[in-house]
Amino acid sequence: MAATSLHISLSAEPVLQLGGLILTNSMITSVIVSVLLIVFAVIVNLSLTQTSKPTGLQNLAEWMIESLYSLVHSITGDLKKTSLFFPLIATFFLFILFNNWIGLLPGVGSISVTPRVAHAETATTEHTTTEAAESLTHSESTLVESTDHDTVVTDQGTGEHTAVTMDDEHTDTPLATNTETHETPAAEHAETGHSSTVHLFRAGTADLNTTIALGLISVVLTQYFGFKFLSLGYFSKFFNFSSPIMFFVGLLELISEVGKILSFGFRLFGNVFAGEVLLAVITYLAGVAVPIPFYGLEVFVGFIQALVFAMLSLVFINMATLGHGEEH
Amino acid sequence: MSDAFAIALVMGVGSVGPAIAIGMLVSKGLEAIGRNPEAASKIQTNMVLGMAFAEAIAIYALVVALILKFV
Repeated sequence: MAATSLHISLSAEPVLQLGGLILTNSMITSVIVSVLLIVFAVIVNLSLTQTSKPTGLQNLAEWMIESLYSLVHSITGDLKKTSLFFPLIATFFLFILFNNWIGLLPGVGSISVTPRVAHAETATTEHTTTEAAESLTHSESTLVESTDHDTVVTDQGTGEHTAVTMDDEHTDTPLATNTETHETPAAEHAETGHSSTVHLFRAGTADLNTTIALGLISVVLTQYFGFKFLSLGYFSKFFNFSSPIMFFVGLLELISEVGKILSFGFRLFGNVFAGEVLLAVITYLAGVAVPIPFYGLEVFVGFIQALVFAMLSLVFINMATLGHGEEH
Repeated sequence: MSDAFAIALVMGVGSVGPAIAIGMLVSKGLEAIGRNPEAASKIQTNMVLGMAFAEAIAIYALVVALILKFV
């Protein structure tokens, strides 16, 4: 069994429960990134001085802001638009960049904790390793067999009790699977520790929820800015009754807006998650020193993906504000 | 067994298109830079953007393969 010590999960795993809110490891990491960015911004803002030769933190911050600003300006070519779009685009870029890079730090994806979640036990074990999933399905099938047996027995006993026992079984099933999944992995590989532990940290952008949310923000704001600049004329792109062909073109435009959300989400998620899987697999196969070039690659990919997300958002927003004057 | 074959097929077939696309993009981009070296940075930016689009298709295949593998 080669996959015993390789822990790869497609979705973010619940780590902690606060009231009704289940915190996943990706949420924790993205909150940490947000706090770090806010703290950096506040510190820089408090230490701002009016000089022609900035040093230290202020120099770094000015360099970041200036290069991003000139990048945005090179696309929009309009000072008003630049100052309007710049905060959004810079936020996208910095948030995604540091989320991508924090996933490469040692400790992220290597510190494991036992989740303190009441109900999500089955949800975590479902997605952890293929082995855990296998054992889960095994335990479920045995469980189903046993419960079938029980119902048969009770059926033979008294007919009127079947409904009650069915209810009991429904409430018992999650509990039973919990105990089963707790026992089987521990029994199978006791030397590798608990299979039910999850990673404490996971890059925020390695969770499809985060990337789809970012894509939604980008696409919805595209519509907002389009409406702001062209008012109702913006929607003539989607609902055009001048000719049947233009009507279907409008439908395709609508579909492409939905496609943009998925495209944004899957591109970022796929790149970052694939990077994590690549590093995990290479580390598992080769061990020491061999993964280092791949770390370099992932630093580059993290930067490129942050840039691509920000640039594409900017290009789409800019196109939406231009109207379709260039199409004629 | 059939699962592993499906994963390999998804990844293998899904990479062909983007590979051709990225090859063409880079070759044309380098040609353009060679013809007009002053515009190198502009061409490079757009080339990388187009490459990201093409690569996204391979990434979709990868996501499908990963879902098949781990879910």
